[in-house]
Amino acid sequence: MKKSKLSFGLFVAPSLIAFFIVVIIPTISGVLMSFTNWNGIDNNPEFVGLSNYVKVFTLDMVKTNFLTVEFEMPRFVNVFLFTAQFAVVSVLLINFFGFSLALLVTRGLKGSNLLRSIFFIPNLIGGLILGFLWQFIFTKVFNNIGNVLGIEFLKGWLSTTSTGFWGLVILLSWQMSGYMMIIYIAAIQNIPTSLFEAADLDGANFFQKMKNIIMPLVAQAFTVGLFLTLSNSFKLFDQNLALTNGGPYLSTQMLALNIYRTAFMQQDFGQGQAKAVLFLIAVAAITLTQMSISKKKEVEY
Amino acid sequence: MNSKKNTIILTIVGILLAIIFLSPFYIVVVNSFKTMKGIFIDTMGLPFGKYFDFGNYPIAFERLDFLSAFKNSLIITIFSTVLIVLFASMSAWQLVRTKTWYSNLIFMLFAASMLIPFQSVMLPLVSLMGKLQFLNPAGLVFMYIGFGSSLSIILYHGFVKNVPLELEEAATIDGCNIVQTYGIVVFPLLKPITVTVSILNIMWIWNDFLLPQLTINKPEWATIPLKMFFFFGQYSKQWHLALAGLLISMLPVVVFYFFAQKQIVQGVMAGSIK
Repeated sequence: MKKSKLSFGLFVAPSLIAFFIVVIIPTISGVLMSFTNWNGIDNNPEFVGLSNYVKVFTLDMVKTNFLTVEFEMPRFVNVFLFTAQFAVVSVLLINFFGFSLALLVTRGLKGSNLLRSIFFIPNLIGGLILGFLWQFIFTKVFNNIGNVLGIEFLKGWLSTTSTGFWGLVILLSWQMSGYMMIIYIAAIQNIPTSLFEAADLDGANFFQKMKNIIMPLVAQAFTVGLFLTLSNSFKLFDQNLALTNGGPYLSTQMLALNIYRTAFMQQDFGQGQAKAVLFLIAVAAITLTQMSISKKKEVEY
Repeated sequence: MNSKKNTIILTIVGILLAIIFLSPFYIVVVNSFKTMKGIFIDTMGLPFGKYFDFGNYPIAFERLDFLSAFKNSLIITIFSTVLIVLFASMSAWQLVRTKTWYSNLIFMLFAASMLIPFQSVMLPLVSLMGKLQFLNPAGLVFMYIGFGSSLSIILYHGFVKNVPLELEEAATIDGCNIVQTYGIVVFPLLKPITVTVSILNIMWIWNDFLLPQLTINKPEWATIPLKMFFFFGQYSKQWHLALAGLLISMLPVVVFYFFAQKQIVQGVMAGSIK
């Protein structure tokens, strides 16, 4: 008995030690640090209560418009709302495209495998490089085409909040749709062909098959797909930095970039860490809520 | 008849989508062979005549210090992935085979940590690593092991559960100790999921930017994304050089995909089912 405990310890220790030092200790000390005037270097920061959290919601106010009423709100709330809006739009589009692509390439068309390979390519490349690439497309190529064809709509992309927003959405949709496609292909291929044969015998059309066979049996994959896209869009950093760098006037800055800048540009580690703790709570709450709703839906089917 | 018409329409849709998906790559390739003026005049056409310039590549290659960056990325990715695979499979195997409250607790802890975003821990982590004198490539590999463990252990855990116990028992009866049992019997059986775990970790670590940016402070240690970031900062208005640099940075991954496509796609599929 003793021997097996020892070997258990030896086998689990390497991962567990790295995991504790890299994830668990920083998570706990991060929460503690957010209540201090920590500056990143000092070994003995003082306890300052909630003042970092107060700073998050009182310093750096921005003017915003809502239904033509102008009012002020803390930048962090503004950044949160921008991120949430981005996440909702991206999650819907990416999963819609991913699922549609999966349906397209599982119909036994010639060249389906080649199409799959092509749709998946953008995933392999890092967000930073893709962000730079699309910066060229939005600012130079769009402008160029706009000039040649006289389309005003294509000019000046990334120089306004809304083109920055849609630029980020297009970039992430292009990047992640192929990944979601692979997940949905796996689910669609797991559906027993006998179900389709039976449906064909009953004379079911494509939409009936979709509603009664595909959707219910792919529900589990939707849980995974929604989780991955939701957490990825909420945590987006590289693409945000490379494509818009938060501009114009910090209006397309997302949560991760805002936290990074608070700590390293403003040199306010305490406030940065307070934001990081709020970020942790928000991401955990949102993804857990999504998971439990999706799981419930799975059971209903 | 109707189904034939459908097939044609769907094929056309597929081709159009493929063109849309590939067009960004087309744009980088053609413009990276143009002079600055060539890009200014036309961004969609092929490079031709006096606007053709191959010279962007040698310059970008040299200023990116690409060979050094490639070597660093390769070393860091390989070391991290090999150690994650080794440690995660060891842990997961024992976590499944030891049925106690603490093995459950440890597994739950790994699973729950999937919800923690990197930015929530990065400030205390960097400060801690600084104190441990670990802001270097070795420290970076260590951090990848810490961050990579959760998903890798979850994947191995799910797989080990379906591996029959009889083989291990037979090995023990034949006189294998636990290290031999793991090395000779168990690890080879895990091969399919090892491929998945390796692919997922390689894709993530190779492309990661923020963690190296926070931990590596010497140019000679910089990985490809890090070099690309500084290179782009210097040449962002000189798109002919920037695009050549982008293409050089993308090339290793595309070549890797060409050879390991099947494994990559299967890896992603298997990784998502859990």
